[in-house]
Amino acid sequence: MREPFGGLILSTAFRILVPFTIVYGVYVLCLGEFSPGGGFQAGALLSVGVLLSRMILGDKAKFNISGKTSVVLAGVGTFLYTFTGWLTLFGGGNFLDYNFMPIQMEPAHEMHAMAIFLIEIGVTTCVMMTIINLMDSIIKRGDDDGSVK
Amino acid sequence: MRGLVAVLLAIITGVFCSVVTYLPEIGAVNTAPNQHVTPTYIARSVEDTGSPNIVTGVIIDYRGFDTMWETSVMFLAGLTTVLLLTSNNVGRRPEKEDDEEGDVIK
Repeated sequence: MREPFGGLILSTAFRILVPFTIVYGVYVLCLGEFSPGGGFQAGALLSVGVLLSRMILGDKAKFNISGKTSVVLAGVGTFLYTFTGWLTLFGGGNFLDYNFMPIQMEPAHEMHAMAIFLIEIGVTTCVMMTIINLMDSIIKRGDDDGSVK
Repeated sequence: MRGLVAVLLAIITGVFCSVVTYLPEIGAVNTAPNQHVTPTYIARSVEDTGSPNIVTGVIIDYRGFDTMWETSVMFLAGLTTVLLLTSNNVGRRPEKEDDEEGDVIK
């Protein structure tokens, strides 16, 4: 990004906006099992938090995920979903049959809920990093080294 | 030929529009979508999936395989868009030499 567009008002306001957005994203992720919400929505919220700070502060932003890291993490999120399916295979069940997770917990549905939570984390990572990827590639086209060679 | 196609399209549109009025109302109890698997999901979702949220139970547990490929499709679509955007020169900001040429033309 050539120059971030943070002025006095934006630089002050985003200190309140970004933490609330990220905390709300984690809340939607963790309570997606009990209330409206879930992986896709949480991913969108978290990516908005990261992108806001990047657009206002530029590359100096503390929580900055960009370039190859976000591409790799998007793939890791997708893999985490599939890996949970494999874990249930190792536990003796069918693919994505959450009653057969290899680790046992005392109330049987606790492990079930843990598998659902793992999957939500995978979906969240994939959605978040994909949105950051798209924004990243659009921003790079306006960079100094992004012009037509 | 084009007139025939237009007439055919008009007939098909008219048939669709007249059939729409015979569709059941949304949420009517005695219709096929509300009698096939929906009552089962509503009745057994909590004990099957352990999740009080029926929507989460359906998309993560009953339809978990769908959601897996949904996530994969989204990852691949995002990756393809990034590849297209970074490899393509169309629509990019031109280099400064072009601006100089523009000045010459003026």
